[in-house]
This record gives sequence, structure tokens and C-alpha cells, in this order.
Amino acid sequence: MLKEGEIRIPSGCAISGIIDIKGDRFSGQEIVKSIALMHERSNGLGGGFAAYGIYPQYKDLYALHIFYDNLEIKMKTEGFLSEHFDIESAGNIPTTPVPGVINKPLIWRYFVHPRTYMVKEDFIDEAEFTSRCVIRINKDYNGAYVFSSGKNMGTFKGVGYPEDIGKFFMLETYDAYMWTAHGRFPTNTPGWWGGAHPFTMLNWSVVHNGEISSYDANRRFVEMFGYNCTLQTDTEVITYLFDLLVRKHEMPIEKAIKVVVAPFWDDIDRESKEMQRELKAMRAVYSSALINGPFSIILGYEKGMIALNDRIKLRPLVVARKDSRMYVASEESAIRIICSSPDKVWSPKGGEPIIALLEEGTQK
Amino acid sequence: MKIIDASNMYYRDLNTMIDIETLNEKNITVKNVCGQRYIGRGLSSGVKIKVFGIAGNDMASYMNGAELEIFGNAQDALGNTMNSGKIVVHGNAGDTLGYAMRGGQIYVEGNVGYRVGIHMKEYKEMKPIIVVGGKAGDFLGEYMAGGAILVLGLNLDENEDIIGKFCATGMHGGVIYLRGKQDLYKFGKEAVKVELEDSDTSFLKKHIDVYAKGFDKDLTHIDVNSFSKYLAINKNPYSNMYCLY
Amino acid sequence: MNLNFNFPDFEVIRDEKKCNKCKLCVLECSNKVHSYDDKKNVLNVDNLKCVNCHRCVVICPLKALIIKKYPLEFKKSANWTPLAIKEIYKQSQTGGVLLSSMTNSNNFPIYWDKMLLNASQVTNPSIDPLREPMETKVMIGRKPKKLEFNSKGKLVTEIPPQVELNIPIMFSAMSYGAISKNTHEALARASSELGICYNTGEGGLNRDLYKYGKNTIVQVASGRFGVHKGYLNAGVAIEIKIGQGAKPGIGGHLPGKKVGEDVSSTRMIPVGSDAISPAPHHDIYSIEDLRQLIFSLKEVTDYKKPVFVKIAAVHNVPAIASGIVRAGADAIVVDGFRGGTGAAPTRVRDNVGIPIEFALATIDQRLREEGLRNQASLLVSGTIRNSADIVKAIALGADAVCIGSAALVALGCHMCQSCTTGKCNWGIATQEPELVKRLNPDIMYKRLVNLILAWNYEIQEMLGGMGINAIDSLRGNRLMLRGIDLNEKELEILGINYVGQ
Repeated sequence: MLKEGEIRIPSGCAISGIIDIKGDRFSGQEIVKSIALMHERSNGLGGGFAAYGIYPQYKDLYALHIFYDNLEIKMKTEGFLSEHFDIESAGNIPTTPVPGVINKPLIWRYFVHPRTYMVKEDFIDEAEFTSRCVIRINKDYNGAYVFSSGKNMGTFKGVGYPEDIGKFFMLETYDAYMWTAHGRFPTNTPGWWGGAHPFTMLNWSVVHNGEISSYDANRRFVEMFGYNCTLQTDTEVITYLFDLLVRKHEMPIEKAIKVVVAPFWDDIDRESKEMQRELKAMRAVYSSALINGPFSIILGYEKGMIALNDRIKLRPLVVARKDSRMYVASEESAIRIICSSPDKVWSPKGGEPIIALLEEGTQK
Repeated sequence: MKIIDASNMYYRDLNTMIDIETLNEKNITVKNVCGQRYIGRGLSSGVKIKVFGIAGNDMASYMNGAELEIFGNAQDALGNTMNSGKIVVHGNAGDTLGYAMRGGQIYVEGNVGYRVGIHMKEYKEMKPIIVVGGKAGDFLGEYMAGGAILVLGLNLDENEDIIGKFCATGMHGGVIYLRGKQDLYKFGKEAVKVELEDSDTSFLKKHIDVYAKGFDKDLTHIDVNSFSKYLAINKNPYSNMYCLY
Repeated sequence: MNLNFNFPDFEVIRDEKKCNKCKLCVLECSNKVHSYDDKKNVLNVDNLKCVNCHRCVVICPLKALIIKKYPLEFKKSANWTPLAIKEIYKQSQTGGVLLSSMTNSNNFPIYWDKMLLNASQVTNPSIDPLREPMETKVMIGRKPKKLEFNSKGKLVTEIPPQVELNIPIMFSAMSYGAISKNTHEALARASSELGICYNTGEGGLNRDLYKYGKNTIVQVASGRFGVHKGYLNAGVAIEIKIGQGAKPGIGGHLPGKKVGEDVSSTRMIPVGSDAISPAPHHDIYSIEDLRQLIFSLKEVTDYKKPVFVKIAAVHNVPAIASGIVRAGADAIVVDGFRGGTGAAPTRVRDNVGIPIEFALATIDQRLREEGLRNQASLLVSGTIRNSADIVKAIALGADAVCIGSAALVALGCHMCQSCTTGKCNWGIATQEPELVKRLNPDIMYKRLVNLILAWNYEIQEMLGGMGINAIDSLRGNRLMLRGIDLNEKELEILGINYVGQ
């Protein structure tokens, strides 16, 4: 059976996310409870979490989480790592046995700093250097897969129901100011752990519900800019789109959102002349970055999270606010189970982003 | 009256329990519902269920005459392919409320999501009715083939609109009443605005009255003549689209 | 005795029982196939003159006429077919280069028909285009590599001029001279109603049609007929014609007999003078010269008009296309070897160039590999026969398509492939006033509108089926295609998987 990357596998899903916009950290218990409620939306073939603010002691280092199929590829990959990075700390990620979570790969974590001379040699910044190294490992080191590469954040994922994956990684022992979660319903998968979600690149993480129909248009677009979509998954290409627009093209995040869920031409026609000029330019230049088909996504990065669904709202998304917490999920019940009386609950419109960022000055 | 505590119950167990209880007891209260699916599916007339909590997807699907009252919000696809009966939601409801609904009434106190009343249809004496107290999302009454949708637009903020875009797109039957006046660009090309007739105002009065009583509100200030009425231009909107190969 | 070995291609058969001798066929046939012998009161036919344009068949009120293949058999040979023999008869009789019109008639594979489209089932919903929004607008023109915003989030990048097409279809370049003014007018009016563009071709722009400027693309070819500052500024874009799919590497020749008063004033050449377009532009002998021409056109139009470059699909087309983008073109138009023509040497028409499907796939891929694809638009033509061809072209990577032959068929062309004679009975490829007026633009432009709207519905249906509601998301989306009856090399070049994969 072909794994993710060798073939494109459609998936349905559940998503959930929580952020404390004051930056207070809380354990993974709640997010696990939330995603567990939507058990019916997954099928036990993938679950995962992204957590922001979990490594304050190493906050200036890139935290690489890597799956290895065997020791041999681990040795080989570590050779590459030590060549390109100063490794501050290395060890396996703690896990505990959980029934239903089987065939686990070797799961390692490294806190690293790019080798300065190599970064300078390439005339690029550390982020670009790190991202290139990650892409290289994932492409060329068969049997090794970097599934998390941000700073002060980490992804935890695997094959199983998300609540089991949460227990397996003991997420109750981590404290984060923001958590996102994913329960996967792939149509079929050989059970490769790298194929679970969230997908991450540097600090970006994406959890996603739906199957986008613009996939290959998006893929071929980002690949023009040096990305390599090794997984053939929607989350991967969505992550790269945001990385391209926001990091490489330095586009304000609200504009990047207007690119991926572009307003309809009819709506643009009703805008002011000045706005029309801007929106037309965005649609013209970035037409291949439009994400089409049904989706709801939660995009996480160091500043917070953005929840978004497609232009005609083909996937569900509910948002709630309680004090300094923002919640988003595929179903309202998944929020109520951890926050029974929110200050406000609502469903955003199709294409209307929910932007929940850390308050100024609270960034951890 | 029988009370069921749905806390941490799997939906199949909950629905089986409701089935068993309804054999003896026609008035049932289900408490602590949190997302369990299909509650009230296929239930026949005579049964009354009160649900407290967040009603899960596909609640009251294929419902056949029962009465449901929800104290809390309903998720997506409430009243999916419902045949008859009555649903009252003391809260908001999600997307595709009343999808392919063929009969019965749904009253929602607050707002509803996208594609509400999509493909509602009527057959002989069966005429489905959806009454929404607040506002509706895009694609309200999409493909609508029969029945009536009534949106009251109560308690909206200044920047909120009673409907989204693409209202009544593909409409080929039934009627939509919306309080106030709406921008015509928000409607599908298949719908047309028409004048209210006497039968409309009495229909509106009747259902506004049911709504007011059901949710214990004073709506005497609402002028039924302030509603706009939309109908399908015709029953066969696409007859000119095709040419025989 | 100098025998003419020629034999008819077609046989006109009249049903004498139905025919009431109204003689409309005699009046209507510009080739003089039909004649009336009033002494004998019989209608005669000269089969040798028949080009099978169906005019008489369609016009006959009693439907008394049919045209069949001339039933003359030769001794069986797969090698020496009647056509091969006939060609030798003609050339040995005249010493002439065989001249043809319209499309490559050889039996090469049509790759559109070897690709199948995808549709959504379960994992994502198909979208109903009749009721839900379905966007087909495209923006043709050069795009900057990225957009920049200032600290207040306002766009600071000025993007180069774009041509907005409501539907990703344009009418191909066909010159006034090759086709009639009425045909041009029908194309212009249809474009204006549809929000798309037609293309003047290389014969200038008739003064009566300047009012359709918003829907006009003006062409500059090697003959520079009718090219002046007003003309260059008259449309929304300028197209430099380097080549044409039906006759790559070959120039053009409009015989003097087609250059009447009006064509003369539009082309700005004397009445009756041949209008000869050289094979190359004599100011372009290399790629850097193309840049010089592109920018001379931009200079004279104040950088307000995108400049397209049209080339024929030839062997090395990806590299050429890449050079064109680097030379500053805003869009590339590629015409495949099945493309139509008013006149081309038969051997060239049938043997030079490559299929548009391959040209498109390789150009799109090459431009992506070079990071250039997003900078210029890519338009393709060369036998786009229906809306499915268009969907496949866009999925392979095109921004939009151009249709020539299909538009003419909508206007009555019956594909008799005799445009060169100038005696088009349908009023399309002719300058004879009596024939031209047979095509009434007031009525006929609606047929073009009908055709394009019907195709657009079909495009929307197919898009919706794939779960896509904007054509942007189809462009280059090759996962929506699967190949059938193709070998591995063909699949590799097209960049698609085989059915079942």
C-alpha cells in the first residue's frame, strides 16, 4: 500500500483549537477532551496536536521532532543534523503505552541552532535555512520524517484516535498557550505516522477538515517557489501557501487570508475603486493560491491562530469566547464539553477569518 | 415524565434508550446532551421530547410527527428530511437546517446557519414551515421547492443583515418571507419579489404568534405589512438550458 | 492531347421527384456547380466544381439535394490512396504548390480525447453551478512576482495592465481580408456582449469596428498591415504574430483580388495589390529583437496595453516560450498544428508543428521550473472543438483558449476547407459583396453568444463536478486529468497519471 506522498489520500476530519490570548499556559487535557468528543468524525487512522509555548527553556532553538523507521536512518539523519546544526539537546520524546496505538516509529526530539557560517554562506536567514534542511531530510532521507520544526512549539501526532495519541504523548504534562488538534478520517492509509496531522513547517501548523479540490493547482504554484510537497496532503500545501505569502512575500496575514479565500468577483465589483484595484491585483497575481473546495482550517503560528473556512462554507466551524480564551471547533459540542458557558458562541461566515492572536506584549 | 441523563453517553446508547422509554412514556426529557447525533430520528407522533444542552448533528432526521423542544443550540442538519412534527429551538441552529424537509414546523428562537431550508418541498397537504427569529446565513432556501420560510430579523445589530447572499438561488417552489427590505443582489436569479396578499398577512400573523408564545416574547410591534415576499419565478427554471444532442 | 486527369471529390445528387426547379441552388452556388438549361428545362450539375460546402443542400426549400463522396474507386492500395494520386495529378498538371485551408487533415491523434476529467464523490462535494457561484473570469497579462503592501496594509505594487475575460475564451486572430467584414463585426459584437475579446488578425481594424475596442485585440504581424498609432491604441491588448499552428514558419499571402476598396483602406495598401506577409518579422531575427519590438509597442501605447506574442507549436516550444516571457511579453499564445488557416501550403499544414496538448503541457511545466509561469499568461489554440477541450486545456495549465474554426462553424462554416478560393458561400471567407451580405451580423453574432454561453455552462458543470467554484483553481490542476490509451512517454510529457492510478 502506498503511503502519503506516494499517493494522494482523501480525508475527512475533526478539528479543534484553544488559545489564551493573554498567553497563560494550560495543559493538554482540555484539547484532548474536546477532540475526543468528536470521535465520530475520525476513524482511528490519525490524530495529532500542535502546542505553542511548550519549550520556554529552549525558546530560541528550533525544536525538531523526527520519526525514524529504524536506527540506521536515524544515524544517517543525525549525521546530516550535526553537519548543519549545533545540537543543544537530543532525546526521545516521552510516550506511554496506550491500547490502540501501535506500530510506533522511533520518535526523537532535537533542540538545534543552525550553523551560522552555513546560513551566511547561502545569503539566507536562519528560518529559510532550517526550512530547507527540513525539506531536504523529508525528501532525501527515506525513513526519516521531520514532523515539527518550530521554536517553542511542537507537534505530536500518530496513527490512532486523537484522544489515544494525546494519552500516548502524555500531553497533560505539557503547558501551552495555544493548542490545536486533529482527528483524521482518511479513506485509506497504510498507517504511516508522518501522514497524520497537524502538518507543520517552522512555526506554522495547520489542522484541516475537508478535501480541497484546488490541491494540484496550489501544489504546482508553491513548488515554483522552492517548496516540495512530499506528502501530497492538503495541510502540507496550505501550510506552504501561508509560509510563502506571509514569511517569504511578507504579506500581512489579513491579506494572505484574502488571497486563499478570495472574495467573489461580484463582491469585488461592489467595493470602492481603491479596494477594487487592490483585490483585483491580489486575485490576478495569486489566483493559483486560492484554496477551493470544502475546508475548515486552524492555522497556528507563534502569534496565535486563525480559523477559516471556504468561501461557500462547505465545512463546519464554530467559535466561542470566554474571558481570555478563544475556542474553535468543527462542532459546538466540542467546545461546550470544555467550556460549558462561553461568553459568546457563533459560526463565522464562509471565508470570514477568525483571528485570535496573543495580545500585544504577551507573546511568550 | 421520564428524565434521561445523557452525560458521556454514546449516541447509539442514548437513542436506543429513548426508543425503549417511548414505548411506555410519551413525555421524555433528555438532559446534558452534548453533541450526540440523531436524537429524535424517525420518531412518530404522540411523543414529546425536551432536550437540554447542545443537540448534535442530524437531530430529528426523518422525524415523523413527534415534538421536540431544544433548550440550547442545535448543531448542523436539524430536521434533515423530516416528514412531519414540530421542533422548537430555544437558541440558534446550524447549517442545512431542514434539508429536504417535507412537512412539519421548525421554530428557531435565534439565528440559523448556511443553506437553511435547502430543498424543502411540499407534497399534497404536507407543507413544511421554518420560522427563524434572528438572521439566516447564505443560501437560505437554496433549491427550495415548496413550503415556507419566515425570517423575523429580531435583535440584529446595525451591521447585521437578515440574510446572507445567494438567497433563494435555484428556488422553484414555496415562499420566503423576510422582514424589511433586502438588497436584490443577495438573491438568486430564480426568485422574484412579489406583493403581499391578505392570505400572506394572516399566515404571517399566525406564525409570528406561535413564535411569540413559544418563546414568550411580545411581538405586537411587528408590522406584518413590513415583510417582503419572494417566490420562484417558475417551477421549471432551467427548461431553456438544454438542447437535445 | 493534354488530358485533365482530375476527378470530382463529390457528387451532387438531385432528387428529381422533389425538385420543383426553383433554381435557388443556381443562384446560391458561387462555384457554379448548378446550372439551368432553359431549353431543356433541366438543372445540371458540374461535380468537379463542388467543394461540398452544403450551401445548396441547406438552402434548398424542398431538401431535394444531397452530396456524396464521388464513388470512383481505384485499385486497392494502402499506399497509393485516391488522395495521394489526385495530388500528383494536380501538381503535374499545374506545377503548383498544393494550397489548403482550415485544419490539418491527417489522422494524427487528438490528445484531448485521450484525457478524462475527474469529479467529486463523497470526500468532497460537487458544486451545483446553476445555483451556487461559479467563477470563470480570468485576468490575462503579466503579473509581478509578488505584491507589496505598506505598513498600513495598503497595496503599493502597481500591476501591469490586464485583459479581463468573463469567460476563458477568446476568438482567434483572423484578418479582415481572409474573412469578411460582417464576420469581423459578428465576432466583435459577440465579444462585447460576452465580456471577452476577438482579435483583428493582421489585416488592420476597419474604422466601423473601433467602437468595440474594449473587446478587441489588435494584431501586429510581419506585413504590418494597417498598423499605426491609433490602431495600436484601439484595443485592450496587442498581439505580435510570429507564427500560426497551421503553417509554422510560413508567411501569408492575400491575393490582390481580395483587396477591394474597404480592405485596401483598412490595410492601408493599394486596391488590387497582393498583401504579402513575410515569413519572419524582418526586425526579429533573434529573441532580443523580439524584446525590442515588444517594448516599441509598449512605448507607443504608454505601457497601457499588454503585449501578447503568438507562436506556432513547434518542437522546441518550451524554450521559445521561456524566452518570450523573459523578453517581456505579457502573454504567450500558442497555436497547435491542428489550428486553422485561410490558406497554407498543404504539406506544411499537414506535416509541420506539434499537437497543442504537448506544447501546452511542456511550456507550462518549463515555465514553472524556471519560476516564470506566474509572470505571463498562457493562451492556447489549435482545434479547441468543445467545452471539454477547454477544461482539459486549463487543467493542463492554460489561462484561457482561443477559438477560430469553432467560431466560424457557429457562423455557418461547413468545413469545406476552400477558404483560399474567396468564394465562400456562407459569407465568411470572402470579400465578394454578394456573398458577404449573406452573413447578417445582426443575427449571426447571437449564434456566437449562444455558443460561448452554452460552453460556459458546460465548463461550469464540469468545474462544479470537480468541486471547484473558480476557474483559477483548475489552472494547472493536472490531478483532475487522467490519460487513457497513452504510452508512458506521453503521460510523462503531459504530466498526468493513467486512469485507475
